[in-house]
Amino acid sequence: MSSVADTAHGAERHHPDLVHHFESLPAQKEAATFGMWVFIAQEVMFFGGLFAAYTIYRHLYFHAFVQSSRHLNLPLGAINTAVLICSSLTMAMGVHASAIGRRRPTVAWLLLTVALGGVFLGIKTVEYKDKFDHHLVPGESFQAEELHLEGSAARPAQIFYALYFAMTGLHAAHMVIGIPIILFIAWMAHRGRFSPEYHTPVELTGLYWHFVDIIWIFLFPLLYLIGRHH
Amino acid sequence: MSSSEHIVSPVVYVGVFLALIVLTGLTVFASTVDLGLWNTPVALLIAVTKAVLVVLFFMHVKYSSRLVSLAVGAAMLWLLLLIAGVIADYVSRGWVGSPGT
Repeated sequence: MSSVADTAHGAERHHPDLVHHFESLPAQKEAATFGMWVFIAQEVMFFGGLFAAYTIYRHLYFHAFVQSSRHLNLPLGAINTAVLICSSLTMAMGVHASAIGRRRPTVAWLLLTVALGGVFLGIKTVEYKDKFDHHLVPGESFQAEELHLEGSAARPAQIFYALYFAMTGLHAAHMVIGIPIILFIAWMAHRGRFSPEYHTPVELTGLYWHFVDIIWIFLFPLLYLIGRHH
Repeated sequence: MSSSEHIVSPVVYVGVFLALIVLTGLTVFASTVDLGLWNTPVALLIAVTKAVLVVLFFMHVKYSSRLVSLAVGAAMLWLLLLIAGVIADYVSRGWVGSPGT
């Protein structure tokens, strides 16, 4: 640290995006990145509770989980997994473009990421509608006949579908929140707010989007692929 | 000014992307084969492999500071404790008789 006299605010040239309580842009970026990771750790705990509930009920009612899982649309689930992986690639390319200071490709990759996110949510909507049509939404009108479950075996199927809607719904909510954030970042990129020295917001938005991808990477096999071989 | 950032080549991103797509196909295929008790561990192993690829390359943890690795590791440790605790509880129920059961 230099003395107070040489670093008096405004007395020396510094990057306009460097806030004055940080010594340098890398230090500022490191703090921001760490903060984002702490937020993601909190998100892991948030989803972790649902994964723990899933673990318990799957252990207790394995048969109902297998029968319920088979009613999910495997091709649509697999396509959505691929769509989300594609969107992670386009996001990584967007972050890369911003890191090397290419404005237009940054905007294009980010908009492509949003489009793929939209495709994912569209497919998810089709899947949700199918569950409503087949009375597989937990509640009064839930019917387990199509799952070939009767009597007391039918009740745990509602637990599977409650977890299905809670987990995929919370995941989709994260995407619904992520899309306007990416659009805002794309708008900032379009306005020329980022440079190879400063593009932390693009980078952190990327971290969020990739995290959402990881949640789906676990949801897909756990919800769609139970007991498919029977 | 010098940047502390490591620029990852797009070739690496495309390679990771292809690996993720292949692993997705593999997990769908593996679910159709009867592996007995091993279906779930195999599905989870593939999912963990995919997640590690995303974390290391797309999320740049391979090129980040140890502080970031610590945050990632702490999150994983706590999640593991939660799930392991739950499994240990439910799996071991009935091993020892308890009054009233």
